[in-house]
Amino acid sequence: MQRYELHPENWVDNYADYLYNYAVARVSDSEIAKDLVQETFFAGLNSAKNYKGDAAERTWLIAILKRKVIDHYRKINSKKGKAEVRMNYNSGSEEDGDWLEERVADPFGKGGDATIENEELGMAIQECLGKLPKKQSLVFKMKTIQGMSTEDICNELGINPSNLWVMIHRARTTLMGCMNQTWF
Amino acid sequence: MRISREKAKKICTKSQYGEATWWELLQLNVYLFFCKECAEFSAKNSKLTSLCEKANLQTLPESDKEEMKEALKKHL
Repeated sequence: MQRYELHPENWVDNYADYLYNYAVARVSDSEIAKDLVQETFFAGLNSAKNYKGDAAERTWLIAILKRKVIDHYRKINSKKGKAEVRMNYNSGSEEDGDWLEERVADPFGKGGDATIENEELGMAIQECLGKLPKKQSLVFKMKTIQGMSTEDICNELGINPSNLWVMIHRARTTLMGCMNQTWF
Repeated sequence: MRISREKAKKICTKSQYGEATWWELLQLNVYLFFCKECAEFSAKNSKLTSLCEKANLQTLPESDKEEMKEALKKHL
C-alpha cells in the first residue's frame, strides 16, 4: 500500500485553490472561505504528528477543511440562537417552532443536483490544474479564472503575448486530455 | 492564407478568449474546413471553455497566497 508524506512547504501552491473552491462552494463568502483555508493549513501543521500516511495529503487536508466548515456553521447557529432569545421567538405561543433549522443556510437546497455536479466539475478542473507546470497553471488561472487582460498578465509575469498564448494553449491541451474521459 | 496545424490550434485557443483577429479567425475557419482533427480540437476547446464557466472556478489572489505562505513559514 502506498504511503504518503506531508510537505507543508508546498501546501499553498498545491492545494490552496482546490481547498478554496471547496470552501467557497459551501460558505458562499470569499473572505470566510479564505480564512477557513488558512485555518485548515494551521490545523494540518498542528496535527501533522497524527498523520499516518494512509491518505493522500490533499484528501487529509480536505477532511480537516470539512470539519472547519461544520465548525463555521455551528458557530453561526450558536449566534443565531442568541438572537433568537432576544427576539423571544415563540414566546406566548404553543406552537413548536423549528426557527433555527428553518433558517440555516442550505447551499444545496435549490437545484441541488446541478450545484453538486458543478462543484464536482470545479474540483475536477482544479485537480487537473494541479498537474500542470506551475507557470502554465498560473497563466491559465490569471487569464481564464481571474479574467485578466493579456497585457496585464504579460507585465506582471514579464513574458510576451506570444509566450502567454503558447502557455495557455499547452495548459488547455493538457486539461482537455486530463478531463477527457469524464467530462467530454 | 495557408497556416500550420499548430498555428491553427493556437488561434483556436485565442478565439476562446475573444482575442483572435478577424484575419486569424478567417484563416482558422478555412483551415477547420479541411482539417478534421483541428475541427475536433476546436470543439473540445469550446467545450472546455463552457465547462470552466459552468464550474464557476475561484482562485485565491497571489498576494493572499504569499501571505498564507509567510504565516505557514512562521508555524513550521
